[in-house]
Formats: sequence, structure tokens, C-alpha cells
Amino acid sequence: MSNPPDFVTGETEGPELPEREAAPAEGAGTAEARRRVHELWIAGTEAPGEAGRFTSEGAQEMLAEEEGSVLAGQMGALVGDDYSSPVGPPGEDTQIINMGPQHPSTHGVLRLQLELEGETIRRAKPIIGYLHTGMEKTAEMLTFAQGCTNVTRMDYLSPFFEELCFSLATERLLGIEVPPRAQAIRVLMTELNRVASHLIWVATQGMDVGALSMMLYGWREREICLRFFEKVTGLRMNHNYIRPGGVAADLPDGWEDDVAGLLEKVPAGIADYEALLDDNPIFRERTVGVGVITADECRAYGVTGPILRAAGVAWDLRRAFPYSGIERYRFEVPIGSGGDTYDRYKVRMEEMKQSLRIVAQVAEALPPGDYRSDDPKVTPPPRARLDQSMEALIHHFKLFTEGFKVPAGEVYQAVESPRGELGMYLVSRGGAKPWRLHVRGPSFAHVQALPVMLADSLIADTVATLASADPLLGDVDR
Amino acid sequence: MSSTPSPQAAALLAGLAERFPRARLGTSLGDQVARVEREDLVAFAAAAREAGLTTFIDLCAVDHLSRPEGRFEVVVNLLSMRLPLRLRIHVAVPEEDPQVPSLSGVFAGANFFEREAYDLFGIRFAGHPDLTRILLPDEWEGHPLRKDSPVGAVPVQFKAVEGR
Repeated sequence: MSNPPDFVTGETEGPELPEREAAPAEGAGTAEARRRVHELWIAGTEAPGEAGRFTSEGAQEMLAEEEGSVLAGQMGALVGDDYSSPVGPPGEDTQIINMGPQHPSTHGVLRLQLELEGETIRRAKPIIGYLHTGMEKTAEMLTFAQGCTNVTRMDYLSPFFEELCFSLATERLLGIEVPPRAQAIRVLMTELNRVASHLIWVATQGMDVGALSMMLYGWREREICLRFFEKVTGLRMNHNYIRPGGVAADLPDGWEDDVAGLLEKVPAGIADYEALLDDNPIFRERTVGVGVITADECRAYGVTGPILRAAGVAWDLRRAFPYSGIERYRFEVPIGSGGDTYDRYKVRMEEMKQSLRIVAQVAEALPPGDYRSDDPKVTPPPRARLDQSMEALIHHFKLFTEGFKVPAGEVYQAVESPRGELGMYLVSRGGAKPWRLHVRGPSFAHVQALPVMLADSLIADTVATLASADPLLGDVDR
Repeated sequence: MSSTPSPQAAALLAGLAERFPRARLGTSLGDQVARVEREDLVAFAAAAREAGLTTFIDLCAVDHLSRPEGRFEVVVNLLSMRLPLRLRIHVAVPEEDPQVPSLSGVFAGANFFEREAYDLFGIRFAGHPDLTRILLPDEWEGHPLRKDSPVGAVPVQFKAVEGR
């Protein structure tokens, strides 16, 4: 048996820990020393057996008697187990702790190994893969028509962007155009999705730095968006609404009133949040100068989206490589200057307003016409035709059993998702299923850049930085 | 995205083509594509970064199963925000020696993406500082995104107790 772990640093009051040397290597003395450690640091009393009276388990006596590593783990010392792959041997004055994967502020199942020197993070290593479900492999088993049902589950807070990206890539391979109405509906839904996603972000960011009421407010406003999504698509999430060739259905009756109501309520909510957070001394204290990343670091690590814009780069794919006719609408690209958590907050708040501005423009002048392409290759014949034409019936049947064939080729399509550049690299070999679909999730690059943002910051700022990076583990692990 | 490159972008691409005569530059469905020899990859990427393609976007692998150039392919996406210009670099990788020089020395962001390609395809990136599995558990056998890795052949973890 080894000596009791010396896992406590810093000033303490009360009796001293027994000296390591004082404990004999073998025999009853070791157990006595371990019991004493337990009484001091776990049970919180020096008198033997004192704490044991409070619970039938004897104040979790087994902790002191069992492997010291359990104790050490609970107290934050280094634990060697099969699953840990430490970033390296800890230095003289540092210790490594694991944050996650079961940690509420990791927004999923992200695990961070942090090497601490006192309260300062010296090194960090993100460990991912806990949510990996092999969706890129699954995509190779599904037809192009079914592909959207798969990709929409990756970044589950911005499903419309995933569907849009996959649809755009497929349409480029097919060489088909979608009608203006379908394009406008796509813009409407994706920009509302950006608002819904940023609302979740501001809710969790607020909660993580202590503004608990933000959690309630953010979800409240998001609910308005989700109700509209449900009315249009039938589902609150994972819609499979945007499909190759257009969208699944036209907007429902009365959508104008819903959008008008939304455009009234959500900006009012955003104004409330700004009143709550903008000049809030606690919020500013927790976010200004925290989690800084520079523009050059962003480029090297592939960091895009609001984090890059907060670092001062006016880069937005909607401007640089416009898709789905978004260049027809007026909007501004907000940027920050400091690249810190507060700037990311400001950028995202402004992005919500700009997205709502686009939504208002779409709602004002939604083009008439079809909501999906009239190309018979991807669009099934109308229901009425099936009763009249055998060929239409066969065509319908073939489309939904075999799927449509997509010419061989490879294409990289990117859209500006709420998190950054969402890219899909789609390879077709001429069949009805993709040969390969690679999804470049923005969160994957952002998680990789977390060590840059976290290095030499305080451990208490980890949650603020992590929340401001807005990683979504469904997007990271896929 | 399928627009023709601006004059500056065309000059950048011409400069790269001149420095690397073995690289084949062209377009594919409107994307700028460069097919580069494996040995030239790091030098090509470094030159591209010098020329202005400073943003690392993506790296992934493709299993073509049977292809004269080699079974695997590594695809790198670079971006210049100033021009703006995207360049996709393709590198063919033979099956018998699935190894590619690592780009992590040129672009820090290549690190995780190369680990992902290694994890899912078994392509080794020479010179990578920490080439370990990233998405799958460390004890996983095989590389599931290879085309010869069938779906459903691997028992699912935690599914049922043996013999019940």
C-alpha cells in the first residue's frame, strides 16, 4: 500500500496533516494514517468516529479504507486510469484535473484535461468522441433524398443549416436550380434558426457566468421560434424540411401573422437581455478580457463565425460566398475588436438583430411560385397524377425506393451556420447514395482552439470561455 | 461560389502552378482544385499559406476502393479571406503505404482533422505530434469509414450481456 495521497495545497486551519514519513510503509499504522486523513479532509472532524454517527454508512468510510486513488480523484489530484490520456507528466507545482465529460457547463459531453498551477490553467487538452455515432458512415447508407434526415441531427441546434448545406451540395452535383420562393423560404427558416440558436447560446452563457435568469428568458424567446418551426415543418427540431430541390412544403396559412408576432416579441426580448447584461458589472467582470483569441490564431485553427468576427475580422460566408439568394437582402456583419468573451456576446446579440432584419425583408416580399424545383428527376409527380398515369406511379415508386441518381463528382459547399463555417464535402460516384460525405463542423475546429483561449487563464473562467465558444458536441463528434 | 476567380486569385493560382509544375490545378464544379503529389504536400501548403491562403478550413480522407492513383485520398481545404478564394488540395494515397506528411507544422488547425482521418481511415500522418484516435475509443480495432468496414459487423458496446 502506498502512502496517503497528499492532495491538499494552500493554507488550512486546524490540525496539520500527518507527515508522509511518519506513516509506516506496512501494517496497521498505514490504516491509522489513512483514517486520520479521511477524518481531517473528508469527514471534517478530528475525533475518530465523530462523523460516522451521521450516516449509517459511517460517513462513507470506504473512501479512506479503499484505494487512495478514489480519494485523490475526488479531491482533484491526478488519477491514473485506463481512460485517461494525460497531456503529459505534470510538473512540480501543477496538477491535472478532468473537467467533464459529465459536467453541466460543457454543454454536452466534452472532456477537458486541465493542467493547473494553483488556479491558473497552464495547459488544456480537449478530449472528444463521447457523442460519436458514425453519422458520416450512415450517410453512405442513405440515399440523397434521405440524407437530410441524417445531417439534420448533427448540429441539432441549427438543423436547417445542415439541411441547407447538404441540399446545396446535392443540387450543385445535380446541376439544378431551385425556384426563388424556395430560396426565400430557405433564407427565412435558416435566419430564424440562427436567432433560435443564438438565444440558446445567450441563455447558457448567462447561466454559466451566474446570470441564472438568462436561462429562462433565452428559452422563452426561443420557444416562439420553435413554435413557428413546428407549425411549418411539423417538428421542433430535426425538421428534414429543406431538401434537395427545394423545401418539403410551402409555408402554412397564417405564417405572415406568426412571423409578424415573432418580429415583435423576439426583439423586445433581445432588448431586455441587453439591458440585463450589457453594463452589468458582474457580467462584464466575468467576460471582458476572458478567453481571448487573436485573428491570426483563428485563421491557423480554422476558427470561423462569431468568434472570428469578435476578433475583428469581417468575414461572413453570406457576403463572401452567398448562397440561396441571401445577397438580395440587406444586413450588416457585426465585428468586435478584443476577441474576448464579451465581444463574442456583443457580436452574437447584433447578429440576432441582423437576422431578424433579413427575416422581415423575406416576409415583406416572399416571391410567388413553386416551393420546390419542377425537375422530375428530384421532385415526385403530384399526388393527383398517380391516379391517372401508370408512368407517374412508377416514377413515384422508383424515386422513393431507389432514389434519384446523382452524377459523379465532388463538391465542397459551405454555409454560415450560427457557429461558423459549416462545410460539407460530398463525393458522388453516380449512384443514388453519396460515396462519401464529410462534414466540417465549425464546433470541431472551435473545440480544437479551446487550449488557445484557455491557456494562462483562471480555472473559474473556463466555463465562461467554453460557453462563449458555443461548441455543440453533436457537431463535434457527429 | 461557382464564380470565376478574381484577377488576384488567378495570379495566386498561377504562381502556385509555376512553383509546383507537378501539381495539376483546375476547377471541379466551380471549386478551385489542386492535385498534388504526396511528397509536395507540405511544401505546397506552406507556399499556399505564404501566397495568402492563410485559413485552414478542413482536412478529410476519402476511400475510393479501386483507383489507379491509389485507394485513398486526402482532401485539404484552404481559404483566403482577403481575395476571397478557396483552394481544395487532393493528395492520392496508396493502400499499401497509407502515409501522408502531416500539415500540423504549417497549420496548427490540421491537428484534430488529421487525427480524425487517422481514426476513421487509418491514414498515418508522418510528423504529427499526437497521432491517436480522436472520435473512437482507444481500444477500437479497425477504421470504420473504410469501404471494406461493413456496417453491423461490429458488436455494439453495452448492447446485451453475453449469454442472456
